[in-house]
Amino acid sequence: MEITGNKKGKREFQQSLGFVALQMCLLAVIISLGVLLVFIFVKGIGVINPDFFIKFPEDGMSSGGIFPAILGTLLLSLVAVFFAVPMGVLTAVWLVEYSTSYKMVRILRIGINSLAGVPSIVFGLFGLAFFVKFMGFGPSLLSGGLSLGVLILPTVIRTSEEALLTVPVSFKEASLGLGATRWETVYRIILPNSISGILTGIILSVGRAAGETAPILMTGATFFTMRLPNSLFSEVMALPYHIYALMTEGTHPNQLAIAYGTAVVLMMLVLVINSIAIYIRIMARRARQW
Amino acid sequence: MSEEPKITVRNFNAYYSGKMALKDVNIDIPENKIMAMIGPSGCGKSTFLRSLNRMNDLIEGFTVTGGMMIDGKNIYDKDVDVTKLRRNVGMVFQKPNPFPKTIFENIAYGLKINKLCKSRDELSGKVEESLKEAGLWEEVKDELNKSAFALSGGQQQRLCIARAMVVRPEIILMDEPTASLDPISTAKIEELIQELKKSYTIVIVTHNMQQAARVADRTAFFMLGEMVEYSDTSVMFTKPEKKITEEYITGRFG
Amino acid sequence: MERHFDEELKALKKNILNMASMVDELTGRAIKALKERDEALAEEVEKADEVVDLLEIEIDKQCLDLMARRQPLAIDLRFITSVMKINNDLERIGDLATTIAHKSRILLKYPPLKPLIDIPRMADMVREMIKESVNALVERDSVKAMKIIEMDNEVDSLYVQVFREILTYMMENNENIKSGIELILIAKYIERMADHVTNIAEDIVYMIEGKTIKHGFETIDRAGGA
Repeated sequence: MEITGNKKGKREFQQSLGFVALQMCLLAVIISLGVLLVFIFVKGIGVINPDFFIKFPEDGMSSGGIFPAILGTLLLSLVAVFFAVPMGVLTAVWLVEYSTSYKMVRILRIGINSLAGVPSIVFGLFGLAFFVKFMGFGPSLLSGGLSLGVLILPTVIRTSEEALLTVPVSFKEASLGLGATRWETVYRIILPNSISGILTGIILSVGRAAGETAPILMTGATFFTMRLPNSLFSEVMALPYHIYALMTEGTHPNQLAIAYGTAVVLMMLVLVINSIAIYIRIMARRARQW
Repeated sequence: MSEEPKITVRNFNAYYSGKMALKDVNIDIPENKIMAMIGPSGCGKSTFLRSLNRMNDLIEGFTVTGGMMIDGKNIYDKDVDVTKLRRNVGMVFQKPNPFPKTIFENIAYGLKINKLCKSRDELSGKVEESLKEAGLWEEVKDELNKSAFALSGGQQQRLCIARAMVVRPEIILMDEPTASLDPISTAKIEELIQELKKSYTIVIVTHNMQQAARVADRTAFFMLGEMVEYSDTSVMFTKPEKKITEEYITGRFG
Repeated sequence: MERHFDEELKALKKNILNMASMVDELTGRAIKALKERDEALAEEVEKADEVVDLLEIEIDKQCLDLMARRQPLAIDLRFITSVMKINNDLERIGDLATTIAHKSRILLKYPPLKPLIDIPRMADMVREMIKESVNALVERDSVKAMKIIEMDNEVDSLYVQVFREILTYMMENNENIKSGIELILIAKYIERMADHVTNIAEDIVYMIEGKTIKHGFETIDRAGGA
């Protein structure tokens, strides 16, 4: 058997060429991402200090902090989660475990997938028409949060479905074979073994919700308010909208710096949220026994 | 057979989305006996097995006609509670499939689901009894709170048998229960199966002809969805009635 | 589908057929030595038995080996177990042929009692039976095997005839008693040979049909049934 020799043939050359091309692509992505991050960070870091997190905007938003926006974003996300999680997870459970008609499931999946691809401004319009006007919630924390909830619903459903599907069918069969009902099987076997995957999906979608502007633009976020929200029907400030407002309406040079600072805070928030998701996933994978 | 059979199957047909999987199967399975099903892959033996506890109901488009009676009651009748049926017809699968729980919780699951125990003591007692019956107690009694996945494949399969037995079914179905086990574990399971027939009626699907020959009282040979031959195991493996059976058993095809 | 196992079974079959023809030939030569009072041939036969014994051991080993390694079922199982039994019966026939050769040497000490006709006829029938059983085995023909069992009855009645005839010679003359007893024993041995061939035929029927026809039973081992 001839296995020695170091002649570089055409195939080896093609292979190296392919590798180089791929590495270039990767490099381009990393560099542009890095430039973006550094750019925002450098421009925004100047305004970041403890006060920035806990103070209200002052002097026509040209100084002070962004506390109401941070709080608003957190609250909006919370409302979105309270809406989207039960609905999304239960829908996923139904799709995976209960539905008996493939046709029905296929149609629903197509619907859910297209929903996930709809531009976020459309959700904003829907929120405006449905929650603000039709339901009469007015522009409020509730309307904005629900709009965000609808936005992340498809993601929650899809990630939950995927998580549910990772539970081996054999567990399900074993449970049903012992005389368990479908629901007993779902909540005793399937949910406990997919909960980490579901959680990861939820957290990632919260990250998405926190960063969205369009859905809250017309439904609940306000340009500026001196009051913190005191009910679900209050209007709130939000980080992404605050950036948008400062960049479009601002005239004072300081406002631009605050906008970048806000962006840094938003980025860090999303980063933290995603890190939590990654951590949960790693822990779950380590604990998984099958 | 003088006694009334435990399971009576009459003119049973099964279809997957209209495609025939079992054709006019007629079988009587006597109580407290081991019935083995052999046949080439896709011959319908697994379909038949999984029809006995209606596990195939999970598959969309699965339909049956004809009768499948346990103690004279057609299990496909409308008034049958599938969960009760499955409690009475336990199942052991091809690959050991313990739950990702502790050894104790694995066994206790069926008891809890079916609310068969009034107290914690009763629960522990039944778990112990079942593990003893499965010949696993001595090996695991000190590690009941360890994960079931810490056990070897053969132990896991015996755990699964114990898990099926603890709810006291009348029939136990086994779908190639030793397919993924080493010979020693296989021998242990086979011993166990023969011990179990004192209390249960056992229906087993196997790809291993010698296994059927070793453990079963009666053997059915399936091919292309039909039950070709059904005889006492000793007859089946010494002088089968049909030529096609003989050819399959001696490995001349399939 | 041709299996490797089939090659091994063929080899086994070849050996058992070989064994049958050796035993057949041995019987023929033993009777020839008896009839022609050929001492050298008789000695030869006595020695040749060793070859038959060795082949018997070889076939036994082959069968056990196949059972252990192949775990035969159905027709394969019936074939191998039948071969084991046939092997045993053939070896016994070989022994009987040797004993006949031995007796024929003893008979040389006495004058011939009478020209031997019926005893060789018996032997010819036994050889015919052996040949037919070989054919039945090769052709898997249970009808042929059944005929062998019928032939055994003829051998039996011939034996009774021989016995009576020699008895009259012995009653006529005391001098004849010693050689007469030896001849009666020889006839008995041949009759015994026929019984062994009958066993072989019964095993062949079992092998082919899965039916037990031994000891007057004709049962099909099929209890219950579908």
